[in-house]
Amino acid sequence: MSMSDSGHFGIFGGRYVAETLMPILADIEQAYAEASQDPAFQQAFTQLLETYVGRPSPLFFAQRLTEAWGGAKIYLKREDLNHTGAHKINNTLGQALLAKRMGRRKLMAETGAGQHGVATATAAALFGMECRVYMGAEDIIRQAPNVKRMELLGAEICSVESGTRTLKDAMSEALRAWVAEVEDTFYVIGSAAGPHPYPSMVRDFQRMVGDESRRQYMAISGGKLPDAVLACVGGGSNAAGMFAAFEKDTDVELIGVEAAGYGVGTGKHAASIVGGQVGILHGSKSYVLQSAEGQIQNAHSVSAGLDYPGVGPEHAHWAQTGRVAYHAVTDEEALDAFFSLTRLEGIIPALESSHALAEAQKLAKEYGSEAAFVINLSGRGDKDMETVLQIMKEKHESD
Amino acid sequence: MNRIDAKMQALREAGRKGFVAFLTAGDPNIDQSEADIRAALDHGVDILELGVPFSDPTADGPVIQAASLRALEGGMTLPKVLDLVRRLRKDYDQPIVLFGYVNLFFRYGYEQLARDAADAGVDGILVVDLPYEESGEMADPLRENGLHRIPLAAPTTSQARLRMILSDAGGFVYYIMVTGVTGARQFVRADLGERLTAVRSVTNLPIAVGFGVSSGEQATTVATSADAVVVGSALITAAREGRLTECVQEIRSGIDKAVL
Repeated sequence: MSMSDSGHFGIFGGRYVAETLMPILADIEQAYAEASQDPAFQQAFTQLLETYVGRPSPLFFAQRLTEAWGGAKIYLKREDLNHTGAHKINNTLGQALLAKRMGRRKLMAETGAGQHGVATATAAALFGMECRVYMGAEDIIRQAPNVKRMELLGAEICSVESGTRTLKDAMSEALRAWVAEVEDTFYVIGSAAGPHPYPSMVRDFQRMVGDESRRQYMAISGGKLPDAVLACVGGGSNAAGMFAAFEKDTDVELIGVEAAGYGVGTGKHAASIVGGQVGILHGSKSYVLQSAEGQIQNAHSVSAGLDYPGVGPEHAHWAQTGRVAYHAVTDEEALDAFFSLTRLEGIIPALESSHALAEAQKLAKEYGSEAAFVINLSGRGDKDMETVLQIMKEKHESD
Repeated sequence: MNRIDAKMQALREAGRKGFVAFLTAGDPNIDQSEADIRAALDHGVDILELGVPFSDPTADGPVIQAASLRALEGGMTLPKVLDLVRRLRKDYDQPIVLFGYVNLFFRYGYEQLARDAADAGVDGILVVDLPYEESGEMADPLRENGLHRIPLAAPTTSQARLRMILSDAGGFVYYIMVTGVTGARQFVRADLGERLTAVRSVTNLPIAVGFGVSSGEQATTVATSADAVVVGSALITAAREGRLTECVQEIRSGIDKAVL
């Protein structure tokens, strides 16, 4: 593990927050360190993952997709089959267990696509806790079904009207709210981002995704490892969980796929590593989309979950050391992959995960049919129906 | 001597309490902002905290968020904030503290910032989201250029932590009165005196108290136990409503009542 005591990954990471939050972050760090050494905590977590989330999620060989793309064998890690429909639930159950251990009965969360908000609201319902979710007003429109789910689950939704009214602003507002409620509230961060210890904790609470994939692929292949592992990267939680398990397998190529929006060259994208510079946002040093002066710029992606101008600090470190290669695919490429998987395999993927699929499509021929890709299908696309139907309608009208 | 130290010493010797005014540089545009700042400095402000506008001010409430946005739309940048300080320095000798978020300072470069800020006439820098643990890289350049790193202390800060974070700080301690973001509140926390006694037990630095002070009456209460009172959001609101001078005078007389 590349993390030091102060929560840095090389030059990245750290804890850049107002003094008011420093003591609670130290408390969480200590409680988490103790919990990770406590077999009872680990057992409770594992039991929930098995009996409530439905783990392990299967690794599925997508034969028709493989044939269509004409190259590497495509294996999908089916996180979309988890309870609540994405990988996010793994981490929120872990953090809710930690909150319980720390005696806190109120959870708060930020959300972009709404998957993390739903997963936090779900954990709150399961543990009998209060839950408040901060969500950009724009995302509330884009991801309406998830807003209704959160409300049904008993969460209070706070619409964030500042800035671009998306994930960045939701996280800023959540940090502001936490400062005021720091005495009794646990902030459940959904990305492998934010101040230490969140990037490490979220990675650890998602690591089973990579561990299972590794085990499952080896069982299928007679002990071999895949040639490449791909995952989409917004803040980077599903990719962090995936990559952490393969980090030491240096023969396995790790590929993080960012959202290029309309194209990295247009300035309207969310590719913080591919198209950003080193900066400090929301509590840690990483790659950030920003002006030359350091004002944070607006991200753009068709996928609300990737629509964020920063990225988790461990990804920045992996990019710098070269252990993980980061690429970016456009909205259009992601949508093509979305339709391919839907029509060829009968699986409707989340727009976030569609970015990882699109990159796999690009690389499949180059790697050839002897190669195998494991792709993290991090979530299902039910929440994206409105967005996709709208785009189809616009396309139809302009044709 | 650093102007902050000189000012604090003069206040102490005169038996007075200090008035620290926060205004966002460039709000709503550079010219009006300069006029507002001059008016404040002309009517009894002891120390100016000049907010460097940032796109994502995570420790600020709605008033300063909106001020930052207006300032950015008005074209304010960190180099232009330093130009503004240079112009103010021709006419004023009150200490000036830059108050901002770390990313702008990091992008500018800590050494370059310390040199340019000192050259412009800045006396101290307060970085809201740069806690003690991450402040190492900035501390040396500030010290070498005679600038104070103003530390923040909060109600959640323990005694052990206070001892650590105040160990190499200078100028004054900025004590955050509430657990929350900046912005007007109606109350003054009942245990403020007790809290400040705890801070004083680990440092000889003067203490300025802020976050939430918006009226002359509150200023009186706060100044009873603090060495200085910080007012920000209330001044910004007053400035936009065209009554900045009155507000400055109200706070000033409120602070002065505390020692009568």
